[in-house]
Amino acid sequence: MADTHGGGHAQTAQDYISHHLQNLQVCRVDGEWVWNQCAGNFWTINVDSMFFSIVLGSLFLWLFHSVAKKATSGPPGKLQTAIEAIVGFVDTAVKDAFHGHNKLIAPLALTIFVWVFLMNFMDLIPVDWLPWAASLAGVDYLKIVPTTDVNVTFAMSLSVFFLIIYYSIKTKGFGGFIGELTLHPLAPPTKGLGLIGAPFVIAFNLILESASLLAKPLSLSLRLFGNMYAGELIFILIALLGFYQLPLHFGWAVFHILIVTLQAFIFMMLTIVYLSQASQQSH
Amino acid sequence: MDFNATLIGQTIAMIFFVWFTMKFIWPPIMNAIEARQVAIADGIAAAQRGQTDLENAKAEAAKIIAEARDQARSIIDQANSRASAILEAAKAEAEAEKQRRLEAARAQIDVEINRAREELRGQVAAIAVAGAERILKREIDAAAHRDLLERLAAEL
Repeated sequence: MADTHGGGHAQTAQDYISHHLQNLQVCRVDGEWVWNQCAGNFWTINVDSMFFSIVLGSLFLWLFHSVAKKATSGPPGKLQTAIEAIVGFVDTAVKDAFHGHNKLIAPLALTIFVWVFLMNFMDLIPVDWLPWAASLAGVDYLKIVPTTDVNVTFAMSLSVFFLIIYYSIKTKGFGGFIGELTLHPLAPPTKGLGLIGAPFVIAFNLILESASLLAKPLSLSLRLFGNMYAGELIFILIALLGFYQLPLHFGWAVFHILIVTLQAFIFMMLTIVYLSQASQQSH
Repeated sequence: MDFNATLIGQTIAMIFFVWFTMKFIWPPIMNAIEARQVAIADGIAAAQRGQTDLENAKAEAAKIIAEARDQARSIIDQANSRASAILEAAKAEAEAEKQRRLEAARAQIDVEINRAREELRGQVAAIAVAGAERILKREIDAAAHRDLLERLAAEL
């Protein structure tokens, strides 16, 4: 198995693992496109992550849009029933956690849930299949699970982060947002001698609240990334075992079905909860 | 953990996906679901309304049937009493007619009797006159009188 990769030269187990964890990268150096020699260059595109995430996102859009176009309020077909079950599930989750009216949040939650689920689901394709096919086609590296790429999870969590800030400022005003960062959890003294201590209290609050604000996107993306990366790593380790990988792979795959769904759900649910907190008037 | 421009590409892709979902996927599906919920609620309400309507109609029908039955009974009663009244009247009339005819017959008979009696009386007078004439013709013969008178009496 190991010698099917890496252009023919012999591979150790460590080579095999790091090979599997390497993205297919392209960057521009001195006016030329360079493949896989991009360490340290920010203007690098992980082609495999982009390709699979966009293909899976488009699959999601195509599937749901094909149903949405023909959606009937009469007796629904089987596909429409399935799609409606997912939409209804997300809608219930949003209505439970988010109080208020917002046109963006439910579609956002649906997109995140289905898209993350599909990207996670790539994990269940045996780790060698697509990289092997790609190597036959002359592509040296291929990482097929986009959510094991930290760029993908951070792109989503940072989008959510900016939405949190946007809705905080929209609901409470800029002053209210700053006040939320500085006047909680300790109320600074407003009169008397204690006024001297007010800047320290505000600084303390700012550090605390900034940390808790920044922890939101960080934990959101790292949780998803960590789970999927570790899961993928274990699949790769199992694949190193040769013949005995079969029962182990099956067991881990079954367990992973749970993780795949759970992580998608957690990402969606936390997005809703964070945006709900951001849109609430009182702290 | 190397960040690169994939981050930007992914963010653009995500914004597009979310925008597309918000624009073209969520509203039609949600509208269909909500329209169906309304339709189902209406259907259930209509079914319940139909049920109560049916029950009302049944009660109404039972009431009308009971009324009709009462009416029919009273009509039959009326008819019966009227029939017996008619019968009684007819009987009484027939009785009266019978009486009338009987009396008429009786009166006629009386008239006939009287007439016959008058006639007889006239005849007796004539016979008496004739007898008297004969007696006077033959003058008075006691034995002959008696004989004659007895014959007269026998003739009466």
